[in-house]
Amino acid sequence: MTTELVASVPPTSRGFWGRLPVLKQLRQSVGLQRGMLVAGLVIVAIFVLVAIFAPVIAPYGFAQLRDAQGPFGAQQPPSAAHIMGTTVGGYDVYSRVIWGAQTAVLVIVIAVVFSIFAGIFLGLVSGYIGGWLDRVLVVIGDAVYAFPSLLLAIVLSIVISGGQSSLWGGIFAAALSITVVYIPQYYRVIRAETIRIKAEPYVESAKMLGASTPRIMFRHVLRNATRTLPIIFTLNSSEAILTLAGLGFLGFGIEPTAAAEWGYDLNKALSDVTSGIWWTALFPGLAIVLSVLGITLVGESLNDLADPRLRGRKRVKAKSGTMSLTSVDAALPSDVEILEENR
Amino acid sequence: MTTALLPSDAPSPVAPTPKSAGGGLGRYLLVRFLLIFPTIFILVTLVFILMRSIGDPITAAQGGKLPADQLQALIHAAGYDRPVIVQYFEYLGQVFTGDFGNTLSDNRPVTQVLLTYGGATLELAFYALIVAFIVGIPLGMLAAYFRDRFPDAALRIFAILCYATPVFFAGLLLKLVFSVWLQWLPVAGRASTRTELAMQTLPNKTGIYLIDAIALGNPAAVGDVLAHAVLPGIALGLLTAGVFLRLVRTNVIGTLSTDYVDAARSRGVSEYRLVRRHAYKPALIPIITVIGLQIALLLGGAVLTETTFEWKGLGFQLAAYLASRDFVAVQGIVALLAVIVAVTNFVVDVIAALIDPRVRY
Repeated sequence: MTTELVASVPPTSRGFWGRLPVLKQLRQSVGLQRGMLVAGLVIVAIFVLVAIFAPVIAPYGFAQLRDAQGPFGAQQPPSAAHIMGTTVGGYDVYSRVIWGAQTAVLVIVIAVVFSIFAGIFLGLVSGYIGGWLDRVLVVIGDAVYAFPSLLLAIVLSIVISGGQSSLWGGIFAAALSITVVYIPQYYRVIRAETIRIKAEPYVESAKMLGASTPRIMFRHVLRNATRTLPIIFTLNSSEAILTLAGLGFLGFGIEPTAAAEWGYDLNKALSDVTSGIWWTALFPGLAIVLSVLGITLVGESLNDLADPRLRGRKRVKAKSGTMSLTSVDAALPSDVEILEENR
Repeated sequence: MTTALLPSDAPSPVAPTPKSAGGGLGRYLLVRFLLIFPTIFILVTLVFILMRSIGDPITAAQGGKLPADQLQALIHAAGYDRPVIVQYFEYLGQVFTGDFGNTLSDNRPVTQVLLTYGGATLELAFYALIVAFIVGIPLGMLAAYFRDRFPDAALRIFAILCYATPVFFAGLLLKLVFSVWLQWLPVAGRASTRTELAMQTLPNKTGIYLIDAIALGNPAAVGDVLAHAVLPGIALGLLTAGVFLRLVRTNVIGTLSTDYVDAARSRGVSEYRLVRRHAYKPALIPIITVIGLQIALLLGGAVLTETTFEWKGLGFQLAAYLASRDFVAVQGIVALLAVIVAVTNFVVDVIAALIDPRVRY
């Protein structure tokens, strides 16, 4: 719907940058919504930078137990050498928090890329071709979707890695577990869009011109069905972090010597808390909250900006001429909204 | 789940003739009921295939601990050396008759595990839903009324924080502050040992401690059970409260801009009554539908909350079986939870259809 809005506005200085998904919304936003979007983008940027530069930022390795001065010692309170203290296993909390960002980003990227490809493909085929295949896929998708995602991820991580493994084995196990959980979401959205677009006149004219089915599916339908993807993408990334942490908390994450993982550290902090040791739980937990918060702020703002009913009202007034165009679309139940509210 | 089954061009709410309404509802309920079976079938099959794709559960649990010939004997005795397809049909038959297998580690029927620990999980979910309603719904209305102003911004951040905080981290923080530092509330468990012992003497225990404590007729026991429930209830409840807050906000914003609210305002209805009565009631319908989907979220959250607070429910037990690599128990509990989710979704859909005629079109 936003494309229509842009198209009906006289072309101004909207070049390549203006058409990038997030930047377009940033221009569109006003006031509070812009504040939330900017805050989210800043947190996400920090998160990604920390992940990339973890080897430079972290004073110690994630599995390092001693330095030149000897062992770190277990459960040491925060000090100059260990600004967030040390864990029950004798690791440096600060270093593990920093390295944990890297693990989280790797898992998100792998999980989301896999589920986008699988979900888009299944959604396109199922929505465009229809028939019994569509019905079967919808029932399976709904069944998986209704299932508690953490339980499914647990079962899958048992299957993939037997519950424990090396760095890449662990990351792939976590990522693939998360992938299977989120395929139905992409599938549903793309399928719904495909069914809507299938009936558009331009698809019919492409058929009349003799375009092949794959060409119509990937050129005409897919190109127009992806408008909601950035929103689901962000919402899923935040869920991926939480699922990864949940798996780690239950002991199905990545071994501490293979990579740093926030959920695992929180599990180990469980007994510390009872004896009043707060630093082993607080910092990894805050890292999870902050990264999920940042990603969710971005996703939430994108979602609101895509929905004219929720978009900032000043903007609506200014563009009231184009509202009638967009609100037709908005009257359709949007899957994204449903997804978003299910969480 | 339901929304996918509805046509996107659902007709506007036209008052249906009495005759077609009755038939429509009956037919809708029947279709919806029949849809439970493929859902359960798919989930049970999925769990079976996944769990069996890593080999037999006995090797997973005992591999390396026992000599190979003893292991083989155990596998043979349990029938895991037969063709997988035979095992699958046997499993389906068992599930159909309500038999989800026996656990490997302590050799108990999974259904008995459910009966013993299900009550605890149900109780926890009940407390969490109460917290979610008390926190989520009024704050959601408030946020909608102050839309785009400061209270709205603060409440929305609060809702996102509720979602962004993993239940186990929220639980750890609550424990640290209220049990360790302030020492107001117990650290973990469902009741103190004395209360648990007292409840053991009851002739017909329900496993739901609050009911058992009331049956004891001892106010101190009831207080003890409730004190243990506060922190886990809040930790799990806040997760759902965030979802409710956002839902109520979005829906009340929708109803606040309708013509009948304008009409009521022009008649001089007070702003409080406007939100509380006119805008809130119609906004409740979508929430009822979403509660069904919250059950899945609550169950997932319950596993983590129970582990955090040593709340001995299904989730705690599941985590323990996971740790001892008893995959028969895991498969049984997960399949059982799948059935519970499918049935709850059906019940919620029925309630939604009874309340809102538009759902059953």
